[in-house]
Amino acid sequence: MKLFDRDLWTEVFSTLTKNITRTILTTLGVLFAVIILIMLLGTTNGMKNGFDKLFKGTATNSIFVWGQSTGKPYKGFERGRRVKYTFDDIKLLKENIEEIEEISPRIQLGEHRGSVTVNRNGQSSGSSVYGDYPSIDDFAKKNLEEGRFLNQDDIENSRKICVIGDDVYKLLYKKEENAIGTYIEINGVYFQVVGVYRKNKNISFDGQNTVHIPFTTYQKAFNSGNRIGWMAITVKSKYDAGIVLTKIKKLLKQKHDIHPKDTRAIGSFNLSKIFSGINAFTMVLQGFSFFIGVFTLLAGVIAISNILLITVKERTKEIGIRRALGATPKMIKRQIILEAIVLTVFSGLLGFVISVAGLSYLDTKFGDGTDFPFLNPSVNFTQLIVSFTLMLLLSLLVGLIPARKAVKMKPIEALREE
Amino acid sequence: MIKIENLHKSYPMGKESLHVLKGLNLHIKEGEFVSIMGSSGSGKSTLLNIVGLLDIHDEGNYYLNGQLIEELDEKKAAVLRNKFLGFVFQSFNLITYKTALENVALPLYYKGVNRKERQKIALEYLDKVGLKDWAGHLPSELSGGQKQRVAIARALVTQPKVVLADEPTGALDSTTSDSVMELLKEINREGMTVFVITHEEEIAEETDRIVRLKDGVIISDELTNKKVTV
Repeated sequence: MKLFDRDLWTEVFSTLTKNITRTILTTLGVLFAVIILIMLLGTTNGMKNGFDKLFKGTATNSIFVWGQSTGKPYKGFERGRRVKYTFDDIKLLKENIEEIEEISPRIQLGEHRGSVTVNRNGQSSGSSVYGDYPSIDDFAKKNLEEGRFLNQDDIENSRKICVIGDDVYKLLYKKEENAIGTYIEINGVYFQVVGVYRKNKNISFDGQNTVHIPFTTYQKAFNSGNRIGWMAITVKSKYDAGIVLTKIKKLLKQKHDIHPKDTRAIGSFNLSKIFSGINAFTMVLQGFSFFIGVFTLLAGVIAISNILLITVKERTKEIGIRRALGATPKMIKRQIILEAIVLTVFSGLLGFVISVAGLSYLDTKFGDGTDFPFLNPSVNFTQLIVSFTLMLLLSLLVGLIPARKAVKMKPIEALREE
Repeated sequence: MIKIENLHKSYPMGKESLHVLKGLNLHIKEGEFVSIMGSSGSGKSTLLNIVGLLDIHDEGNYYLNGQLIEELDEKKAAVLRNKFLGFVFQSFNLITYKTALENVALPLYYKGVNRKERQKIALEYLDKVGLKDWAGHLPSELSGGQKQRVAIARALVTQPKVVLADEPTGALDSTTSDSVMELLKEINREGMTVFVITHEEEIAEETDRIVRLKDGVIISDELTNKKVTV
């Protein structure tokens, strides 16, 4: 006989509707369990999406390397020697370490972390002035309010242009004044402003009090030659940035005659560490919610199994009659398992509907992700399918217990039951 | 139709075992109307259970419709019951939340007959027992006699080889008892083998052959003078 037999379903529904209050109460366990499971999954997804949005525009697998003073004497050099990088170092790293995706060098005018005076029409600001490549923007995207960022053309033609931060604009310009096309002066050299930016709200390492000019322009204007300040390095996503950083340091130490155990000479910062920490956090959270959800679901399904055990007990005689009339144990089992599945699926689907509605409410209420990392809380199709299959399997499993009990008793004993 | 050779059955009672049937030999031919008489404890219910494939014998042979019953598992038993046997119980054993028609149609469902056909056949048999107009009623809306008629219709609906009736009138008053027995006789006249278990002399007298059972052995097997069997 088939599973989609109308009579089988009629049998199932007539037994389930016999005690409708009990049936409804039975389904509550699974209903709540599914709501908990889906809501938990949805909200953790929301958190993950929130963090993802936060990191958007940031190259998460990146490291920064700069030169410091040596901490140990080595090969006849005294300690305290300043480590300085050139384009040769970039070439060396790119040629020897294949894990590196991109290296973006930067050079800063004046002292490290210092500022220089930028003038315009008698106004002046103390700002950081950088020589940059366009690719620097891949590390932490800037929000351009007006104009554009540096491009490859600017590098090739060494254009005397610059992009300024919002703070620089505020110090040098009147409110509402158009900055694009105007000139600012740095150390006696004039640069035309092509863009004004605001830092992105999430992750950024440049402030807004900065001036970016093309690297090549910087070399010519300030006569920096082959020197570079520091390097922003992106690592190909399949490699671990920490390991690559160790390789980089080793190579640089060899080239610059630094003691292999000198920890001070090369300064570095591994950005990926922060992100992997947060990723691990959201992953643990997701796993944990799934764990809780699944066990709540298990409890709910067991409640259904329990009630079915009771109904089987109540129906002992009926089952005996059915068997005397020619029902095989398989037919009886199938009916009871189907009852378990129908109860679970019914309450589960209801739970899905309620929790998805709940999530979309949360979404409209808090889901824009502006105040805290919470964006578009929802469950994806895979998660829905997985939860649903799990539920189905669980109901099948726990349905077996009452089903087996139902056919365990011999029909003759079942018939004697009063 | 039913042939029993040296049938033994005992039930374990703690450490002891209770020997209920002690080597029965019985041959019931097709079309016979037989009653098994005996007081409680005589083993007549056990015999019915074994004949009805609701229980398994320990020793001896049991042939149903020429087929030796052996290695009987629940599935096989269910199929054979459905095919060859119709049951009528003392307490009717109708399913309470099903209508008379649905109750009668149930064995056909397990036989795999389709819905329409089932309804049709069930209604025919309800008509046969005079309860066509009660088809849509629940057992609770029927009298005792009517319930037993529904049960008889249910026993007949699969066109079995044997109808097994376990104290069919045990829960009925004498008037209704008579009408139920009349119905069984009528079925027998149409050729059905009917096997009645009873402890009432009057009921047994209605049948063609009386087998008396005492303490697990057959003490007499005689024909009543109503009809001569072969």
